[in-house]
Amino acid sequence: MKLSLGPILYYWQRDFLFQFYEQIAASPVDIVYLGEAVCSKRHTFRFEDWLTVAKKLAESGKEVVLSTQALIESESDLQTLRRLAENGTFAVETNDMGAVRLMSGKKFVVGPHINTYNPHTLGLLAGLGAKRWVMPVEMSRAKLSDILAEKPQGMETEVFAYGRLPLAFSARCFTARHYNLPKDDCQFRCLEHPVGLTLKTRDGKPFLALNGIQTQSSSIYNLLAELDNMKQVGVDVVRVSPQPLHTVEILSLFRQRLDGTLTGAEAGQQLERLMTDEPCDGYWYAKAGIEQIEVVC
Amino acid sequence: MSLELVCPAGSLPALKVAVDNGADCVYIGFRDNTNARAFAGLNFDLPATNEAVRYAHARGKKVLLALNTFPQTSTWQRWQEAVDNAAEAGVDAIILADAGLMRYASRTYPKLRLHLSVQGSATNYEAINFYHEHFGIQRAVLPRVLSLPQVEKLVKSTPVEIELFGFGGLCVMVEGRCVLSSYVTGESPNTAGVCSPAKAVRWQQTPQGLESRLGGILLDRYSADENAGYPTLCKGRFDVNGETYYAIEEPASLNTLELIPEMMRMGISAVKIEGRQRSPVYVEQVTKVWRAAIDSATKNAESYTVNPAWMTQLNKLAEGQQNTLGAYHRPWK
Repeated sequence: MKLSLGPILYYWQRDFLFQFYEQIAASPVDIVYLGEAVCSKRHTFRFEDWLTVAKKLAESGKEVVLSTQALIESESDLQTLRRLAENGTFAVETNDMGAVRLMSGKKFVVGPHINTYNPHTLGLLAGLGAKRWVMPVEMSRAKLSDILAEKPQGMETEVFAYGRLPLAFSARCFTARHYNLPKDDCQFRCLEHPVGLTLKTRDGKPFLALNGIQTQSSSIYNLLAELDNMKQVGVDVVRVSPQPLHTVEILSLFRQRLDGTLTGAEAGQQLERLMTDEPCDGYWYAKAGIEQIEVVC
Repeated sequence: MSLELVCPAGSLPALKVAVDNGADCVYIGFRDNTNARAFAGLNFDLPATNEAVRYAHARGKKVLLALNTFPQTSTWQRWQEAVDNAAEAGVDAIILADAGLMRYASRTYPKLRLHLSVQGSATNYEAINFYHEHFGIQRAVLPRVLSLPQVEKLVKSTPVEIELFGFGGLCVMVEGRCVLSSYVTGESPNTAGVCSPAKAVRWQQTPQGLESRLGGILLDRYSADENAGYPTLCKGRFDVNGETYYAIEEPASLNTLELIPEMMRMGISAVKIEGRQRSPVYVEQVTKVWRAAIDSATKNAESYTVNPAWMTQLNKLAEGQQNTLGAYHRPWK
């Protein structure tokens, strides 16, 4: 199986982004997804900056894929989408059916925000040029296994395997709302929250993370212990979602598990020390996503 | 251009009062999780569907059938049969979200009208035109996330009719792209046709107040003088940086009565009332008010004003007794 790094879901400073991807270029990851997938107002990196980083990563031997936004509303969102679709060099991860329309006939990856729940829809996307699909985060191992029994020939399967789960998109910016600012004048407060803004229940338990127009889980989805099962089911790529700290170490632990150079117990213990929030894995077991089923060693 | 009034019905009595009180179309669902209001005791079996179509057609009205959840590999057959049954019953259109199912429906029943459900998450004309090109969809229901100027631009760039939500529970997330419910309960609108399902709800009186929990997660806590609402996950009060508030959304209803002339001017084809899970009384009252409002705006859009009596009537039915224009209105935040 290959190892991928998903698009950055947060809003980080420009210098930090360059440094981050320099580290990624030297990390043991195979595929890197780049671009702004959440909010069109985020602009510390412009389209050209993403392309610059894409080229550098490609020179380091990484497969680069450019990700589209999930929520595409305005004409300027569509213009960005067209530039991505016409970049001519890199494959595109489509996260909206509008993106699928523009990428039809070209090589593309079906992102986790396209609702692909059965082999009929997957087959349709394959017919349009999809070479890989990322399963929806709420899908269980059993349901994935059902689809893969009937998957189109040559289709690769990727699973979101580490990070706060992207659970919802909205017209409303919850970060701006928290600061009592209108969405159109958000003052880019997401920059102050490099892993989102934790929302707790009234009894003080961390529950969700507000990330602009996106709502994430506060807990970290972690399927490190499931890599062998994924291989059995027929998963080709496992995805780690970027975070500002420890991303390279996390990728290394996944790499070592994939290569069999570290035992599951050792890797699990090391990963636990790097986790800044509670783990969860319920979705994989067809339970509520927030639950932690696998007993952590 | 006339604006079609699309009203909800979770039962035959609700469908009949909708038809009798001025709905142009009534939308219904089968009695299982092939639609996004899969609640116990709600919805239509086949005889009821046939009766619904007969009743509406006899009065010149249409029946739309929602098949707007996403079939899973092992349950595909049931969704396919639901398309067959809907076609057989002679409904005027089916409302779909899954692309694979749309392909099946368009190939098998080329004359059956297809509408793109709000659960299909199409928020731009490229997405809508995708469904039009491939499956010939004739109408799309827009998620409640676009502002009116954005809607207007979209309408101009697609041959597909556009339907907007006008009244009822306000979904603050892009429909079809929210799995908060399954994160907490294991069941989401996409897969199970439910959001924040009642079986996962617990109420408990505690020294701190009345607590509502969903899947064990504390969604809100009410003091004795507060009205407790249904614990929909995104409408609870939470703590962010030490501040407790409706961090995602207040429990309010969407109400766009004042926008009717604007919708007509923009070329919107239909306005949808939310609430298949609500009672026939709700359906009757909301239908009456919206019929009167649309008729008034059709007669004279220039002099149209919202009758205060309409608002009083709708406010009684609104969730949380509050109204909002939601995302249609730009300053909303």
